[in-house]
Amino acid sequence: MKPATANNLFRALADPTRRAIYEQLTRQGEQTVHALTRHAGVSQPAVSKHLVVLKRARLVRHRRQGRETHYRAQPDALGPMADWLRLYSAFWRDQFDRLESLLDRME
Amino acid sequence: MSDPAASTRAVVIERVFPHQPEKVWRALTESPLVAQWLMKNDFEPVTRKKFQFRADPAPNWDGIIDCEVLVVEPLKQLSYTWRSMGLDSVVLWTLTPADGGTHVRMEQSGFRPGQTAAYQGASYGWQHFFGGLERVLGGLAA
Repeated sequence: MKPATANNLFRALADPTRRAIYEQLTRQGEQTVHALTRHAGVSQPAVSKHLVVLKRARLVRHRRQGRETHYRAQPDALGPMADWLRLYSAFWRDQFDRLESLLDRME
Repeated sequence: MSDPAASTRAVVIERVFPHQPEKVWRALTESPLVAQWLMKNDFEPVTRKKFQFRADPAPNWDGIIDCEVLVVEPLKQLSYTWRSMGLDSVVLWTLTPADGGTHVRMEQSGFRPGQTAAYQGASYGWQHFFGGLERVLGGLAA
């Protein structure tokens, strides 16, 4: 994965409305823009704009059917973030071990 | 997993230590003690105080973590920002008295890109980041 793609990913998920849209798609499966707008609490043009950002980050894919565009989540795109968090998990577990041995040594 | 986005936004580590909260608090807030288990630092438990953690630099990483103290509630909560390689996050420590010791919970959350250009190379940078830390830890253990 290119750094630019990872950057798009983090940027896409930094916005709470976009996260909510993305989470809605992961929970409910494929949705139309109309359905997403009902849940998002923002206007349809705003939802469409957010979907463009999510698409650029490869977090969602779309397909057209008649006049409706359907979106679905691509959880694989979370890979870089998952890697990052997995590494930090390992880091903190090690630090906890070190903290524990320090506590054992302290008065 | 019903909510992959939420489950990948935070790191949570919890452990019960057989030590009193007073002692755990000291280990989390006294700079020389923090240096012994985490990293060299100029931390002071003062809200809004900026400080740094410093590890040996690694390729693509200057070894510096920029922080700012957000919450200091003695024996209970400690929180600071954690910014490195252009990624911003928040570390929150919560201590709770437990049977015979202290329950310690560390949550690192809110991962998001910062304004700095240092983010470039992120998909490789973090490997070096941890590689660098491992070296530091190895050196300390020796």
